Amino acid sequence: MNDTLPITLQVNGHAHAIRVEPRKTLSDALRIDCGLTGTNVGCEHGVCGACTVLLDGAPVRSCLMFAVQAQGRALRTVEGLAQGGNLAPLQQAFIDHHALQCGFCTSGFLMLATGMLERNPTIDDASLREVLASNLCRCTGYQNILRAVAHTRDALRAGTVKNVDGAQATATSQVSR
Amino acid sequence: MKAGAFSWHPAHTLDEAVTLLAEYAPHDGRVIAGGQSLIPSMALRVAFPAHRVDINGVDELARVIVDGDDLVIGACVRHAAFHVPVEPGPLGRLLTQVVHDIAHDPIRQRGTFCGSLANADPASEWCLVAATLGARMVARSIRGARTIEAADWFQGIMSTALAEDELLAEVRLPRLAGDARAGFYEFSRRAGDYALAMALVAYRDDHGTLRDVRIGTGGVEVQPRRIAQAEAMLEGRALSEEAIAKAAAAVSAAVDPLEDVHTDATYRRSLIGTAVRRAFAQAAA
Ligand SMILES: Cc1cc2nc3c(=O)[nH]c(=O)nc-3n(C[C@H](O)[C@H](O)[C@H](O)COP(=O)(O)OP(=O)(O)OC[C@H]3O[C@@H](n4cnc5c(N)ncnc54)[C@H](O)[C@@H]3O)c2cc1C
Ligand code: FES
Ligand code: FES
Repeated sequence: MNDTLPITLQVNGHAHAIRVEPRKTLSDALRIDCGLTGTNVGCEHGVCGACTVLLDGAPVRSCLMFAVQAQGRALRTVEGLAQGGNLAPLQQAFIDHHALQCGFCTSGFLMLATGMLERNPTIDDASLREVLASNLCRCTGYQNILRAVAHTRDALRAGTVKNVDGAQATATSQVSR
Repeated sequence: MKAGAFSWHPAHTLDEAVTLLAEYAPHDGRVIAGGQSLIPSMALRVAFPAHRVDINGVDELARVIVDGDDLVIGACVRHAAFHVPVEPGPLGRLLTQVVHDIAHDPIRQRGTFCGSLANADPASEWCLVAATLGARMVARSIRGARTIEAADWFQGIMSTALAEDELLAEVRLPRLAGDARAGFYEFSRRAGDYALAMALVAYRDDHGTLRDVRIGTGGVEVQPRRIAQAEAMLEGRALSEEAIAKAAAAVSAAVDPLEDVHTDATYRRSLIGTAVRRAFAQAAA
């Protein structure tokens, strides 16, 4: 029963061939076996949302899936947001609006909001609040997270940014050093 | 915490799923659907099954279809499928309203309608819908298929009429009449939490006279149910605030409320009356 199974996870466009026990959660496999520690694990039972990743484009709690169940699916984690040295517009908006303090919840919120805005780039304020209520943040009081995400939505609508993630990011979102 | 060890048996067809269940159910084998109730309870070590029959790869169960007077919801249909109406009538609209009170968006992307019915949490929104509208549950095993009425399905807190080797293959929800009105109201302390009390009502307004009145309660008792005496007070009567207030009071009197550290029986009894009144107000709006 403690046997491991060989699986391949497709994460941010890269294949990770790993061996896992069936009981290993997707979050643990991403962190431990794929070495992608950007996905955080808080509660491990579905309440906090720190572990949110995109599964075929939809935000899911990666602690509430077993890694064996994610074979053949396209996974995206926070490591995949910045591209070619450019932060994603959403990441830059989090910095600009002070949408994080300790940062523990941030990768989960970024993936939640990325999935939400890709699905519905013109989402209204009430629905945006409802979706963002999925995850917990112990620091910010949420208002600045709401502002950062609403700002990105408005920029998408105005056409000043093209994608939620880092692809074709605008020059202003260069990673500052 | 981490889940205990188990063997994983992915099924690709309905036949394969029931065959695997027949083989492993006697050895502590159970279904895994969306995993959104099961994996938390495995992580908390409340559940530690030896075998898991995974139905997520069974495409034939991922369909929601209209079949005559029924809406047929397969075992792999996720909560998120109801974010848009799956049926053009009042039922489709009702389900789209109700789904937003179930957990949070990412949990709705994985959790299934049938999984909620199999889990039978007293505060499950889909269980309330099934009990109030008279759903029929279709159970499949290698022994064949059988249909279980909602009134027989629920057997107390998190327990149902489903046998260990049976798969809940689909739920058949009767469609509401085109002129039916339905209303739903739930109270919970934080968005996404399980309800402390919720009510679902449906009726037809026949030139000011109420017909086919249904009043269901959830989250209040060990299982959701219709409150016949309150329905009878409104059936064939004119719709009025006083009549609804009396029926709501009858609901409060009829229930045997659950209690927990935050919520005593007196509070839940009062809350369900309010929920019934607000569900009617919502139906009329
Ligand atoms: C933070 C959080 C908040 C939540 N809030 C709510 C809420 O407000 N309201 C609510 O209703 N739910 C809530 N849920 C639970 C969620 O809706 C689950 O998706 C649902 O209860 C179970 O569906 P599932 O597909 O995930 O089932 P699973 O977790 O896979 O299974 C649950 C149980 O049902 C059995 N089972 C599942 N499908 C079948 C089948 N087809 N045949 C036979 N047995 C089966 C399993 O063996 C298991 O015992 C919440 C969950 C979380 C993590
Ligand atoms: S770690 Fe997954 S929801 Fe908290
Ligand atoms: S920034 Fe600390 S938990 Fe959100």
